[in-house]
Amino acid sequence: MSRSVKKGPWVDQHLIEKVEKMRKEARKKPIKTWSRRSTIIPEFVGFTFAVHNGKDFHNVYITEDMVGHKLGEFAPTRRFDHHGAHTKRVIAPK
Amino acid sequence: MARIAGVELPPNKKVWIGLTAIYGIGRSSSQKILKDANVNPDTRVRDLTEDEINRLRHIIESNYKIEGDLRREISGNISRLISIGCYRGIRHKKGLPVRGQRTRCNARTRKGPRRTVGRKKKKK
Repeated sequence: MSRSVKKGPWVDQHLIEKVEKMRKEARKKPIKTWSRRSTIIPEFVGFTFAVHNGKDFHNVYITEDMVGHKLGEFAPTRRFDHHGAHTKRVIAPK
Repeated sequence: MARIAGVELPPNKKVWIGLTAIYGIGRSSSQKILKDANVNPDTRVRDLTEDEINRLRHIIESNYKIEGDLRREISGNISRLISIGCYRGIRHKKGLPVRGQRTRCNARTRKGPRRTVGRKKKKK
């Protein structure tokens, strides 16, 4: 079920403060964050966030289309490497 | 022939069911339309009067998003998800379930027929 509209979007407080600060200083450099749960609000458009995926930080440039999604949606937490059968030996036998 | 919204003309069925041949109209919106148009849902499509057809056509065309428009909207929504690169977009692109279902087994609707990638047998 989706969140009640009455409450408005939820964003981590410290993220809002950080964006505010960046805006005042007119600096544009990636904001490092662990707050994958924060909703992207219109104020974030044009900023770059370095979103933690559990291991590294994933740079996400926020465009208008992304408003309403959560930051975490843009930094995948899983990496599919390959299935065992696809080794070089199998693909190119001697 | 009853032709509404382009090419729809289901002849021997009751209108109530006949309308669902239109993409974007299911059973419940069909019933609602017929109520709004004041048409008996149980008449056969071929028995509809010209006037009734016009009323239905009018209601459908002014209030409902159907056929091509609807298809375009849906594919537009999906391509938006893909272009912003969010998780759901990635799942669409890879043809895997989008809403968190398991993929260890099943998920065949999205994944299509099985492609076995088993290990090749070693030749001696």
